[in-house]
Amino acid sequence: MAFSLRKSHPARSWSGALELANRLKTRIVGAAVPRKEGVDKLMGRACYIDDMVREGMWHGATVRSGIPRGLIRSITFDSRIDWSEFAIVTAADIPGENCIQLIVADQPCLADGKVNHCEEAILLLAHPDKHKLRDAVGAVKVEYEPLPAIFTIEESEQQDVIVWGADNLLKTFLLEKGDVDSAWARAAHIVEGEYRTGAQEHLYIENQGMIAEYSAKSGVTVWGSLQCPYYVFKALRPVFDLPEDKIRVIQTETGGAFGGKEDYPSIIACHAALLAMKSGHPVKMVYDRMEDLAATTKRHPSRVRHRTALDRDGKLLAMEIDLATDGGAYATLSSTVLSRATLHSTGPYLCPNIRVRATSWATNHIPYGAFRGFGAPQAIFAMERHMDEIAAALAIDPAELRHRNFLHVGDTNATEQEMREPVILDQLLDRGLKESDYHAKRAQYARENPASRVKRGMGIAAFYHGSGFTGSGEVYLNSLAGIDVTPEGKVRVLASNTEFGQGTNTVLTQVAAESLGIDYAAISMASPDTGIVPNSGPTVASRTSMVVGRIIERACSQLLALLREHARLGATYTQKEFLAACESYRAAHGEVVSLCRYEAPPGIVWDDQKYHGEAYGAYAWAVYVAQVAVDTVTYSAEVEDFWAVQEVGRVIHPVMAAGQVEGGIAQGIGYALYEKVVWQDGRMANNQMTNYIMPTAQDVPPIHVYFEQIPFRYGGFGAKGIGELPHDGPAPAILNAIRDATGVAFNAIPLLPEDLYAGLAATEEMAAR
Amino acid sequence: MNKGKRTTPSERCPAISFKVNGETRIVKAPPMKRLLDVLREDLHLTGTKEGCGEGECGSCSVRMNGELVNSCLVPVLQVEGADIQTVEGLTLHGELHPLQKAFLEHGGAQCGICTPGMLMAAAQLLEQNPHPGIVQIREALAGNLCRCTGFIRIFEAVAAAIASDDGRPATGPNTEQTRHAQEQTHHAR
Amino acid sequence: MRGNAATHDLVAPGELGAVLELLAAEPGVWTPIAGGTELMVAFAAGRLTAPKLVNLWGIPDLRTIQVTPQSVAIGAAATFLDLRRHAVIASDFPLLAKAASWIGSVANQGRATLGGNLVNGSPAADSSPALLAYDAEIEFISVRGRRRVPYSEFHTAYKCNGLAPDELLYAIHLPRRFAHHKQYLRKVGTRRAMAIAKVALGATALVENGAIREIRLGAASLAPFPMRLLQTEAALLGQTVTPDTIQSARRALLAEMKPIDDIRSTAEYRKRVAANLLDEFLLQLRHEGSQP
Repeated sequence: MAFSLRKSHPARSWSGALELANRLKTRIVGAAVPRKEGVDKLMGRACYIDDMVREGMWHGATVRSGIPRGLIRSITFDSRIDWSEFAIVTAADIPGENCIQLIVADQPCLADGKVNHCEEAILLLAHPDKHKLRDAVGAVKVEYEPLPAIFTIEESEQQDVIVWGADNLLKTFLLEKGDVDSAWARAAHIVEGEYRTGAQEHLYIENQGMIAEYSAKSGVTVWGSLQCPYYVFKALRPVFDLPEDKIRVIQTETGGAFGGKEDYPSIIACHAALLAMKSGHPVKMVYDRMEDLAATTKRHPSRVRHRTALDRDGKLLAMEIDLATDGGAYATLSSTVLSRATLHSTGPYLCPNIRVRATSWATNHIPYGAFRGFGAPQAIFAMERHMDEIAAALAIDPAELRHRNFLHVGDTNATEQEMREPVILDQLLDRGLKESDYHAKRAQYARENPASRVKRGMGIAAFYHGSGFTGSGEVYLNSLAGIDVTPEGKVRVLASNTEFGQGTNTVLTQVAAESLGIDYAAISMASPDTGIVPNSGPTVASRTSMVVGRIIERACSQLLALLREHARLGATYTQKEFLAACESYRAAHGEVVSLCRYEAPPGIVWDDQKYHGEAYGAYAWAVYVAQVAVDTVTYSAEVEDFWAVQEVGRVIHPVMAAGQVEGGIAQGIGYALYEKVVWQDGRMANNQMTNYIMPTAQDVPPIHVYFEQIPFRYGGFGAKGIGELPHDGPAPAILNAIRDATGVAFNAIPLLPEDLYAGLAATEEMAAR
Repeated sequence: MNKGKRTTPSERCPAISFKVNGETRIVKAPPMKRLLDVLREDLHLTGTKEGCGEGECGSCSVRMNGELVNSCLVPVLQVEGADIQTVEGLTLHGELHPLQKAFLEHGGAQCGICTPGMLMAAAQLLEQNPHPGIVQIREALAGNLCRCTGFIRIFEAVAAAIASDDGRPATGPNTEQTRHAQEQTHHAR
Repeated sequence: MRGNAATHDLVAPGELGAVLELLAAEPGVWTPIAGGTELMVAFAAGRLTAPKLVNLWGIPDLRTIQVTPQSVAIGAAATFLDLRRHAVIASDFPLLAKAASWIGSVANQGRATLGGNLVNGSPAADSSPALLAYDAEIEFISVRGRRRVPYSEFHTAYKCNGLAPDELLYAIHLPRRFAHHKQYLRKVGTRRAMAIAKVALGATALVENGAIREIRLGAASLAPFPMRLLQTEAALLGQTVTPDTIQSARRALLAEMKPIDDIRSTAEYRKRVAANLLDEFLLQLRHEGSQP
C-alpha cells in the first residue's frame, strides 16, 4: 500500500515554554485509562496465534541439527512413513535467497550442506495431522561429518578453530576519550576486575508461532506472534523473491516478547511460508516449550574487564574496558547489541579518559539475539559491580563514591556528548537511600550479621538507558506514522508498532486522543498489518512512546491544522464537530489521513567511525537499591525488598509505567539469581520450564517504584524510553548487596546457591589458613 | 463386579459428558486426550492457554469440581461427570467478574497470556478464603507464572477485588507502592 | 506437545475390585494413573512408553483417610490437598502436612496423590523424608490379598520398588506415636515454590533426660532413592547432643550419602547443605533439650 504525505506543516520550533506547558496540561496522557485491549484479554477473547485456525490448514514442523557443527553427509527418510502425504522443504526449494535478512547476510533460512549450531533448521515438513507430523520428524535421519566446535569467548578469541568469517570476530568497536595511557602514572589508586554474565532466556509465556498462506495471486501472507511486522516483511521478500505488494505480515495478539520476538520471528515466518508454498495449504507452525527453549535466541553472554584509575578522593581519572560478547553461530544482532553495550559500559559517571575495546565473537552456540536491555544489562552489571569493588578498595562508602563521580548538566560523557538535558542523579540516589533507609540498615546488618545464620546486605546500582536507536539510527529508520478517520467515523492510529503487554495500544491512543482533543474511547489502533499501516519502525529500543508518540502528536496537530484550514474546524470544538469536519474534509479530498515522518531533534551529530558525539537523543536515569538476605545454611540469596527510583521523562500511563518497572525488575532478579541456561555440547540441557527457573509469585520482593519526570521536549508528550531501563539495574544492585552481606565479591551471574557456596567455602578455607 | 466405563481399542473415541461453565457438553475424544486440548479444539473455548505442557506455568488452569487443576495434565476420561469452569465462565450476563474489573483497573494483565489461568487461580483462592492476606495470595498464585508484571499488580488486583466485595481497604503488599507510583514530581524547565 | 492420545488406551473399570482383576488378568500390562501429574508430563514430552493405562482417579476406596487411636491409614489416591485439609494429619503428622504444602502449586496439590509420589519413586520425592521419619508402612493390594512393608524398604533401586506386577499401592499407614518427638523438615529447592528438591531432610527424635532415645532421619536427593540415614542415626542413638556427637553424626552422614551432580545441582553442594540441615536439626534439639 502506498502512502502519500499530505502537505506537511511548516516546521515549528517546540522550544517555547508555552508550547511545553500546553503539552503538560493533559487529561488523558498521564491518566490511568483502561488498557485498550484489556477487556478482551481478561475475558479470554484475545486471539493469539494458536487460537487461530485457517480453512484447510496443515501443521508444520522442523527437522533440526543434532550436532553443533559439521557437514551434512546424508538425509534419509524412513520408509515406514508415507512421504507422499507430506510437504517437504529443503534449501533447494527456496525460490529466492537462502538467507534471513537482518544486518549481516550470514544466516541461512535452511541449512545447506553444513550446520553451525545445535537445533539449526535443516528441513521442514507439513501435514494435516499433527501426530503424523511428529512421527515424521523422528523418521528423518541426518548423518553428519562433525567438525570441531567452540563454545566460549576464549576459544573463539584464540582463533585456533575458525567458525565464522576469517577470524571469528563478528564485530568490534573502539571508543576513546582523552588520553588513557598517560593517566595510570598519575593515579592514586588502580583497581581491576573481571565480570561475567550468562545467557538468559526470554521465557515469554506464549511460544513462538506463525500461520502462513501462499498463492500465486496474492503472494505470501503471515500471521503471528511478533514485535516487528516490517522486519518479517523485509525478511520474506528476498526469500520468496517477491515484490512489496505480494508480501503481507499481520501481528496477532502476542503473549510476551522482551526482544525474543524481534529477530527470531523472521525465521519461523519464512519456514511457515515455504511450507505453505510447497503444500498449497495454509500452514501453522507453533513451537512447544521444549522446542522454543532449545532453538530460539537468548541474551548474549558477556565478559567485561575493567581497569580504573582514581585520584586520592576516589574521582575517576581513567577507565580502560575490554568488553566481549558471545554471539553464537551467526551474527544476527550482535553488532548492535555490542554497540549499546559499549555506549553503556562507562556508567553515569564523569571520566576524562576512556578506552573501551568491544568485541563480539562467534561460537557454535545457538545464535544469540535481542533481549530487553540489549547489551546494557551486561555492561551495567560490570560497571556497577566494579564501582563497589573500587569503593571497597578505597574504603569509601559506595553511595558517596557515586556522588563524587556522577555526571551533571554540562559534563561530557564517554562519547563527548554534552549533557544538555537535566541530569538529576544525585537526587535519585538520595531518594533511593532515603526510601530504603540504606545507611541505617547497613549499620544494623553489620552489627547483626556476625551472630546470624542469615546475613543481610544493601546494594546500589546507578545507571542510565539511552532511549531510541543509537546515533543516526532513527534518521536511518525514517519512521512514518499518523492517524486516519474511516468513513464509519473510526479514528485510528496508523503505526507498525505493536502491543505485547507493554502498552503500545494504550499509550499511542492516549497520545492521539490528547492531541486531537477527543475521547480516549474514540480512538483505536489500526490492525498491525503491513497491508494497512506504514512502517513506523520496530517496537524495540524503548522508542515507542518517545519517538513514535511524538510523530503521532505531530500528525494529529497536522490534521487539526488541515481541518481548520479546509473544513472550518473551530478553535474549540466538540467530538461531534471534529468528526463532522472530518467528513467535510473527506467530501473534498477523498480521505482523511495525516502522516508525518520522523524529525530528528536538533544537534544530534554522531560519528559512527569514531564512536563520537550524541549517542542518544535522550537518556532515562535510575538508581536502584536492593535488600538481600543470604542464608548460610542453604546458600540461597533472596531479595527481600527493592526500591526503584527513575527519571523517565513524562509518564504517559502511571499504572502501565509502574508495571513495566516491576516486570523488568522481576526479570532482572531472575537474571541475577535464578536463570541459568545449562549447556551440554552446544544444546540447552534444561529446556523445560521445570528446570529453567524464573521467579514465582512467592519469590518476588515488594517493589517500590518512584518516578521523577523531566519532560523531554522531543518525545511524545515529553516521554522518554522506559521498557528496558528496569532490567539494567537489579543484577548489580543485588550482587552488591550480597557483597555487603557476606564480605565476599561475586562477579558472575547467574549467582546460584551452588556458586555462593563455592565462593563462601573458598573464603572460609583461606581465612582458616 | 461393576464393569464401569471401559473403552474399546484405541481407534474408538468414547463419548464423555461433563459441564462447562454450567452447560452440559458431550465430546467424543480419545480417553487420554488432554482436557486442555478438548476445551480448545473440540469446544472452541480458546481462552485457556498452553504455555508449557508440563504443569509448571498454570496458563492452562481451569476449575474442576471446585478445585484448581492444570488442564494440560488431566486426561479427558477423568472429566466424565465433572463440573468445569473456564475463564469464559467468569463473566456473568456480560458483566465482568470483580477480579476482572480489578485486574483492568490495577494493571494485572499486560500481554494477557497468563491472565485466564491467573484469574482462575485467583477465583479459586477467593472462594476458599474470602479474606486472604498477602502470604495466602502469593501461595495461591505460585503455580501461575507471569513474565510481564512481576506479579506486583496482580497482588494489588486480588487485594482490590477482596476490598470491593466488602468495602474494606485493600491490603496488598504494595498499596504503599501504588501511592508512590502515582507520585509525580514535575520539574520546571 | 509430543504425545498422541490415539496411541494409548485408558480404561476406567470404576471400582477397586475391577481394577485388581484387570491387573491380575494382564500383569505388567496396565499402568495405573491417578492425578496424572507425572504421567501426563511424560505424555506431553513424548516419553510415555505405557500404551495401556488404568484409571485410579475417582475410586473412593483409594482416597479415604481413616483414623484409629493407633494409626492413620491414608489411601494411596489421597491428594496432597486432602492431606493439608485433614485435622489429624495436621496435628499428628505436621511434617507431612508441611511437605504437602511444598509440592508444586495448589493446582498440582489438588491432583497429585501420595501413592503416585511414592510409586514414581523420584529420589527427590517431596513426601518421602516425612514418611521415613514417621516410620510409615506401605500396604499393597491385589486379588491375592494384602501385605505390608516398611516404607524404608519400598524403594529398591533408582525408580524401582517392591510392587508385584499385579499389585497396587493401597494405603500408607502412619503410627500415631510422635506426639512427644521433636520434629524437623526442610526442603532446599531452586526457588520458594514449584521446585524440585535439591536436598531435603526430615527428622523425628525422642529425647529423654537429654539423651536421644529414638531417631529417624529421612533424606531426599542424597541417593538413588529416598532413604533412611541409618549410619547417622546409629551415631546419634543413645547420645546426648554435644559438639562431639554433632561432629560424629556429620562424619557418618558424609560417609553414607551418595549425592550426584545433575541438571539442578552438584554433589558438593548437596553434601554441604545436607550436613548443614543436620546441624540445624541437632542444634534445635540441643536448644530445645535445655528448655525446662
